[in-house]
Amino acid sequence: MKEEKSDKSAKKFGMVIDLDKCTGCGSCMVACMAENNVPFKEDESKKLVSITWMRVYRLTNGKSFPDTEICYLPKPCQHCGGKGEHGHSPCVSVCPATATDYNKETGIVSQIYTRCFGCRYCMAACPYHARYFNWWDPVWPKGMEEYLSPNVSVRMRGVVEKCSFCFHRYQLAKDKAYYEGRSDIGENEYQTACAQACPAGAITFGDLNDSGHAVYELKKNKNAFRLLERLQTNPKIYYLSSRQWIRRAGDNYLKNEK
Amino acid sequence: MFPFCFEWIWDMSHIVFMGGLWFALIIIGLGMTYCIGRTFYDTYIFKGKDGHN
Amino acid sequence: MDSKIISGELKRCSTWQFALWISAAGAVLLWGVYAMLLCWFKGLNQTNMNDSYGFALWIWADLAIIALGGGAFFTGFLRYIIGKDELKNIVNYAVIIGFICYSSALIILGIDVGQPIRGWFIFWHANVHSMLTEVAFCLTCYLFVLIIEYIPIILENRRIDNIPFFHNLGHNMHSIMAVFAATGVFLSFFHQGSLGGVSGVLFGRPFAYREGVLIWPWTFFLFTWSAAACGPCFTILITKITEKITGKRLVKDNVIELLAKISGWMIGTYIIAKIIDTVYWIKVTLPATGFGLMDFYSNNPFYGIWILVLEIVICGILPALILISEKGRKNRYGLIIAAILAVLGVCINRWVLVLQVMAAPVLTFETWQMYFPSWQEIATTILPLAYGIIIISFSYRYLPVFPQEKELNPWTINGGK
Repeated sequence: MKEEKSDKSAKKFGMVIDLDKCTGCGSCMVACMAENNVPFKEDESKKLVSITWMRVYRLTNGKSFPDTEICYLPKPCQHCGGKGEHGHSPCVSVCPATATDYNKETGIVSQIYTRCFGCRYCMAACPYHARYFNWWDPVWPKGMEEYLSPNVSVRMRGVVEKCSFCFHRYQLAKDKAYYEGRSDIGENEYQTACAQACPAGAITFGDLNDSGHAVYELKKNKNAFRLLERLQTNPKIYYLSSRQWIRRAGDNYLKNEK
Repeated sequence: MFPFCFEWIWDMSHIVFMGGLWFALIIIGLGMTYCIGRTFYDTYIFKGKDGHN
Repeated sequence: MDSKIISGELKRCSTWQFALWISAAGAVLLWGVYAMLLCWFKGLNQTNMNDSYGFALWIWADLAIIALGGGAFFTGFLRYIIGKDELKNIVNYAVIIGFICYSSALIILGIDVGQPIRGWFIFWHANVHSMLTEVAFCLTCYLFVLIIEYIPIILENRRIDNIPFFHNLGHNMHSIMAVFAATGVFLSFFHQGSLGGVSGVLFGRPFAYREGVLIWPWTFFLFTWSAAACGPCFTILITKITEKITGKRLVKDNVIELLAKISGWMIGTYIIAKIIDTVYWIKVTLPATGFGLMDFYSNNPFYGIWILVLEIVICGILPALILISEKGRKNRYGLIIAAILAVLGVCINRWVLVLQVMAAPVLTFETWQMYFPSWQEIATTILPLAYGIIIISFSYRYLPVFPQEKELNPWTINGGK
């Protein structure tokens, strides 16, 4: 974990996902897989061995009809800032080979596939189950290699992978800005595939530190919450829900705790 | 592991951790060098099975 | 056939009997090697691990055998640093058992990683903040120390000892063994501890997470302590099993009892520390994360509160009491039962801090995950057992492992078989 000098102008990319808008259609999952060359198998029913950087969970309030309520919760990597936002996210601090890194310029937790040797300690450390192991080598249906994105390297058997906030898009946007003589990129120049694919507009992506970005105000909403905040992982994914039971489902509470 | 690896930083964590490691390795290395060197002396210069006595 | 290599005055079984015994262990070893090759060539899809169980049977086996191998460093510490001279009669065997445990752990780690060819990255691209890095460094270095401690025992072989160079080398290595033993203790303290730190630092996993001192969680100290406490019990247990199989007494009772007594006090003090740690975890650490104790011991088919009681009371307090009491450790059955319980206790401790951590859900909308290892995982975990039997068998047959063997078995001397 290379210490970098903190910069007041540092970005902190994050997401705000409005659960009241999410219909659970799964477009974000499909877009993510296509964008990031995520491998798949013929049988994808065993979710514990399949790779879905973005995964939509189905939550219920546990009540019987007619009080049953359903909520769909899309869950990418939370890009945790760790305790005190020092970049010591649960996974980064444990990786023995420095194969996962916290970028202090963007707040993005990266995964270096060619550096990872597959010890899976990061998976054990992540409480969100946001990390996936390549139990098999990727096998693409005939001809599909032609459709793979040239901007994202495909991963081999035996390494861990996870959501990168489509970091290659950030790099492309930065390159374009540099070419055009600009020092910074606009909000719309860097958007993740899932945010763009969501037909309900439930996913908003941007710089949580930039008051000009939509996420800056959205995260201040009184209905905003993050998953497992009590663990002090400091995730960068905020969720919005007007329903109290959903907000409460975001964290653990003692039995007699309000 | 080595100062020329690009991850290396001259901070307290690296100095303490790698310092401990290299300290242990040096003791093991020097210990074995002494044993082998002394054995050569005992066997081929002092020339005796019980050259140490 | 091989009587010229066997120490002249020691009686050993016939070559054919020995070959048969080794063949049986070798068959199991080959089964394990076959499973190992499957994992290497086909990948970890040969296991029943999954994204919830990134750590599973192998990591438990690693943690458990390293704890049990702790008998080597602690006996070495007592013998060479503290100066408990009686223990010279068991320290050889403790070193051999330690060597088997540590080399096995490295073999299992070599199978467990997804890209074994990149295994050297852990050294080259070391992240000094990771407990696993500390484990890898200290474990590898300590294996060097164990090899150095094992070499003089090998050099004492009848034929090898006749070669002046090796005779002198053995003597010179013995003369500075305290330096190697001290280095071994230093390394062991850190790798046993950092194995505890592996789970203790997981602040995203409330079942495993513990507070601590500086960068080290309490589990760091508890693991070192428990390895030093229970490792000697494993040495005693294996010694007793060896005596049973060979039909000979190999170590005098006073030596075993001294080790048992020290082990008893170590287990006793460890279990008090473990109870304090558990109470603090239940009262302070857990509630801060929104979890109650029973969240981790209910609503699943396996992990009940019984496992905590079994670990602390039956496999902690009970063996400590037996071994601390003179009557208990002098009683043949008392000693064996206490040693078995202590070994079981440390294995359960490592189990819950690996497997139960993976099983328990943290997100409210996830559920407990159960896991049963595949035959490939089981075979590769049994592999070290067969490997250990083979190493011990060869060492016992050809090396003077037990200095008291001649004295304790005068009627077998000059058998020459």
